[in-house]
Amino acid sequence: MAQLRPQSTLARIFLLFVLLPHSSLTMAQAIDITDWPALEQQARGETVYFNAWGGEPRINSYLSWVGETLNQRFGINLQHVKVADIGEAVSKIVAERQAGNDTNGSIDLLWINGENFAALKENKLLFGPWAEEQPNFSLVNANRFPEMREDFTVPTDGLESPWTRAQLVFYHDSQWLAEPPQTIAAILDWSTSNPGEFTYPRPPAFLGSTFLKQAVLELSNKDPALFAPVTDNEFQRVTASLWDYLNALHPTLLRAGRYFPSSAAELRRLMGDGDISLALAFNPNEALLSVRTGELPESVRTYVLQGGTIGNVSFLAIPYNAQHKAAAMITANFLLSIEAQARASDPDHMGSTTVISIEDLDADTRWQFDVERSELAAATPEELSRKLQEPHPSWTPALERAWVQRYSAR
Amino acid sequence: MSNSILELNNVRISLGGKQLLEVNCRVGPGEILTVMGPSGSGKSSLLAYIAGFLAPVFKSSGSVLVNGENICSLAAERRRVGLLFQDPLLFPHLSVAGNLRFAMPRNAQQKSHAISEGLDDIGLAGFDDRDPGTLSGGQASRVALLRLLLSAPNAVLLDEPFSKLDTQLREEIRTLVFDKLRASGLPTILVTHDQADAESAGGAIHTLR
Amino acid sequence: MLRWASHSLIYLLAAPILLGTFIASLPAFGYFPPLGSTEFSLDAWRDLVEVPGLTRSVLISLISGVLTPLVSLALVFLYLASATGSRLDLWIRRLVSPLLSFPHAAAAFGLAFLIAPSGLLSRIISPELTGWDRPPDLLIVNDTWGLSLLFGLIVKEVPFLLLMSLAALPQLQPRHRIEVARTLGYRPTIAWLKVIAPSLYPLVRLPVIAVIVFASATVDVALILGPTLPPTLSVRVLSWFNDPDLNLRFLAAAGSLLQLGTSLLAVVIWLALEKLFGLLWRFWLATGNRHTGERLAFAIGRSAMPIVLMVITGSLLALVSNAFAGPWRYPSTLPSSWTIQHWANSLSDLSTPLFNTVLISVSSTLLALIIVVAILESERQSSKARSAPSWLLYLPLLIPQLVFLFGIIVATEFAGWQANLSLVIFGHLLFVLPYVFLSLSEAYRQLDPRWTQVASTLGASQLKSFWRIRIPLLLAPCLTAVAIGMAISISLFLPTQLLGAGRITTITSEAVALTSGANRNLISVWALVQLSLPILGFMMALFIPKFIWRNRSGMIETQ
Repeated sequence: MAQLRPQSTLARIFLLFVLLPHSSLTMAQAIDITDWPALEQQARGETVYFNAWGGEPRINSYLSWVGETLNQRFGINLQHVKVADIGEAVSKIVAERQAGNDTNGSIDLLWINGENFAALKENKLLFGPWAEEQPNFSLVNANRFPEMREDFTVPTDGLESPWTRAQLVFYHDSQWLAEPPQTIAAILDWSTSNPGEFTYPRPPAFLGSTFLKQAVLELSNKDPALFAPVTDNEFQRVTASLWDYLNALHPTLLRAGRYFPSSAAELRRLMGDGDISLALAFNPNEALLSVRTGELPESVRTYVLQGGTIGNVSFLAIPYNAQHKAAAMITANFLLSIEAQARASDPDHMGSTTVISIEDLDADTRWQFDVERSELAAATPEELSRKLQEPHPSWTPALERAWVQRYSAR
Repeated sequence: MSNSILELNNVRISLGGKQLLEVNCRVGPGEILTVMGPSGSGKSSLLAYIAGFLAPVFKSSGSVLVNGENICSLAAERRRVGLLFQDPLLFPHLSVAGNLRFAMPRNAQQKSHAISEGLDDIGLAGFDDRDPGTLSGGQASRVALLRLLLSAPNAVLLDEPFSKLDTQLREEIRTLVFDKLRASGLPTILVTHDQADAESAGGAIHTLR
Repeated sequence: MLRWASHSLIYLLAAPILLGTFIASLPAFGYFPPLGSTEFSLDAWRDLVEVPGLTRSVLISLISGVLTPLVSLALVFLYLASATGSRLDLWIRRLVSPLLSFPHAAAAFGLAFLIAPSGLLSRIISPELTGWDRPPDLLIVNDTWGLSLLFGLIVKEVPFLLLMSLAALPQLQPRHRIEVARTLGYRPTIAWLKVIAPSLYPLVRLPVIAVIVFASATVDVALILGPTLPPTLSVRVLSWFNDPDLNLRFLAAAGSLLQLGTSLLAVVIWLALEKLFGLLWRFWLATGNRHTGERLAFAIGRSAMPIVLMVITGSLLALVSNAFAGPWRYPSTLPSSWTIQHWANSLSDLSTPLFNTVLISVSSTLLALIIVVAILESERQSSKARSAPSWLLYLPLLIPQLVFLFGIIVATEFAGWQANLSLVIFGHLLFVLPYVFLSLSEAYRQLDPRWTQVASTLGASQLKSFWRIRIPLLLAPCLTAVAIGMAISISLFLPTQLLGAGRITTITSEAVALTSGANRNLISVWALVQLSLPILGFMMALFIPKFIWRNRSGMIETQ
């Protein structure tokens, strides 16, 4: 508003000072992120347009519960804007910037991490810092878990608030495959002797890109160059073994590598139909949840590769031009609360992994996070502790582009 | 009784530079002027000209006077010239009474009464709520005539209105139409190529070439 | 006045499309200030040329752009030639409007669930006939050359072209012409192809060109059925638009211009084919042949529609069974149990999109109806030949949606408008309008002018005869046009998604958003909801006139 219509802003300030000299009302534009009760006051009655991937019904219904709760407690109207790819939301913010819409953005909160965050941060399209001012931020114990302040090695600088954890896991149908391969290299050996029983989502679908990153980490023996911004030379050097590997692997995949599923869910469907025997997921509970709903047969088991797998945190961010920043922050803080995180990690609801440091909770609250892991389809906590760090975000688009360049036109 | 007079003064209609017709005549109250001529002679164009919907491709000049007033500059619906086509053209979505009511001037008194009386008069008493789609050819023609009369015109045009009726019915309807028009004192122009129509009309005959 | 109003309306509608196309093309030449680029350059085009598999993408778009209308039109013409007047024909004519209302996305999902290696068809014949206990490793859906995409498009476009042909046929007096040709010794099918087809084609030419543009630039159908390595050009352009790497914007803009060029090239190829077929036809006419080929034409024509019908029925079955399926392991023909859980799960999510869908489709269609009737009225009253600029109405069908919608977004934001419901309704209006016009114009133009003349001689004003005579007489065609308009609006994806900034959700935008989640049960639920809405509309269009005119036999006959 300040840039577009200075007169009207001045007029509003004038009116506020002249007509309401003793009022507790603050100016609509002024946000004091340290004064949380004032923020709550300001947020009342606002609508938060929360752009988040809408492809998972479990997450959608969890967010409906969040909306109802926010409405009751804070008078905030949460609108889940379901996007097929959060890149659409990033594009939208750019289009608004392009049109000079610096104050009336259509997005208040978005679910991102990795290269999307890096792109928005680099172009200064995010509001903040605000995340570490949240009363609930301390629950994540960022001092013990540095990944709460680092998104794919890029410092979050308080521009985003942790929401959920994810880790790459593999799952197999024990009816067809009893002893699943335990390393990236073993997958090739097994697939060569059992062609057509494995595939992965095509990059840039994020699970497919994660598979590439997992493969390159393992094949390059966690080359340190992967954790710094990518350069042409390093890329050539580090990924050479990856391309050899994929060149050998692809002819052995489902449809001889002439077709790749578009998403994690399509991969899951191929598993459910018996097209494939081995698949991967980025939610450790995915197979467990899908067996419960009948999408996957009960013979499915989850496991983590011997040398560990990539794990990351996804975050919530507020665009620089969001219209309802106060309500967006209240929403993010609520999503980080023990109550909301406990429900999110419950397999009966969203079934994700919490970002809260459970060890720091006292026994009275900790029980809320006890998940029944006896089910066969789940990975064990011991397995899940074998975690690999994400490479620098610049590697993701580089790997994706190289993959597309090599394999998208066969 | 209407007692109107219809006059055509130097009416000329041409198409593409070729003159189709030229008419000069005066039709008094209750008189029926018959216009005859082969197809293509411009009979229908003459009626369209008088009624007010001659297509713009035709060139026309002259004047049409009703009771001395030139109606050529008026829109079709304000000329108060009634027209009967070859087909009865009863509006299929309205009942018989709905068709008649549609035709009556806005300020007409006691519409329902006038309608049942009119139907009685043409031998169709009690037909008010009938679906026009269920009427016989002769019944439909009668209703079309009554509809025209109830619209209180100052003059009437007949565009071969009997040509689609079979011989026996034609005789009957022709007599009815002419009797009613004469009784109403309306000046009428009949276009036909049936000699019997002309004889039955009994008025002057204008032949086009 | 009426004339002026309707003309300015046409320009008002055409302007955003042309302007949108222009604005969207600026970044293609390097002009994109928000990314700090204010100098014109050809870099984007250099990048575009280097995109791997670009030739293949363009080729597939071209192939589906040319083959879809070719095969669809051939099937429709052979069908009309062989089946006109048969009992099959009566049946098909009744089904064609509801068939048309099958939204593209729902049809594509249904087809995919039918023909995939693990699809309904494979489950029905396995393991008994095939011995398969796991789905065969065959590339059927998303095949490399876009055959399943082509198949899906043909199944969708045949009903469309059939409806357009049926609407145009009466003015050719086909029965009379066929009788004349038969007295000259021609077999009926050959007679139809020789004396009706050449005069019918010019009347359906514009719809055919719309099919070319749609088939060469479709996004939602190509996302579901099209090839993936590489995808069609349109899908790639959309993914460049959505890519978090902002520099791909230049590439996307250049790509959208290439899409425009590809669609145009498809049209040009079509025009060349037109000439070729025209020559062949004249040669064939001149041979005077009266029998040869009739059997083949008859066989193809008679079987084409039942096959299309069977495919659509099969797709519908696949959707219904998936929407109610419990666990369903391959190769069971039926799920191990049935459940309404998928419906119960989506119920709370359905209400808002359902409300929006109805609101948007009803308001955009009513607006379109008012505009179309105003145009046709002014055309009638000016009593000239067809109004010159009405082809502009078809612009949204002749320029790929993707190209101008992005430009419109930028333009509206320059104007300071927020994404809101009225913008989405306006976007829908652009696409609904041509279909309402296509479906209503023939009926309106053919209404016997004597009805109005009678009304005038009875002293009725233009206004009175419009409301009391023309509108009631045209009630059935108007309602059909409304049903078609609503069906179009309901099936739109891109305008809702882009102009509503994702804030305004409809059944279709939600269903396509689920694609990335790809839960077959849930997709089926949404697809069924999506396709039941237009069917409801068509049923109302069919039964409302029947009810209102139940005591008016003359109105039933004219339908």
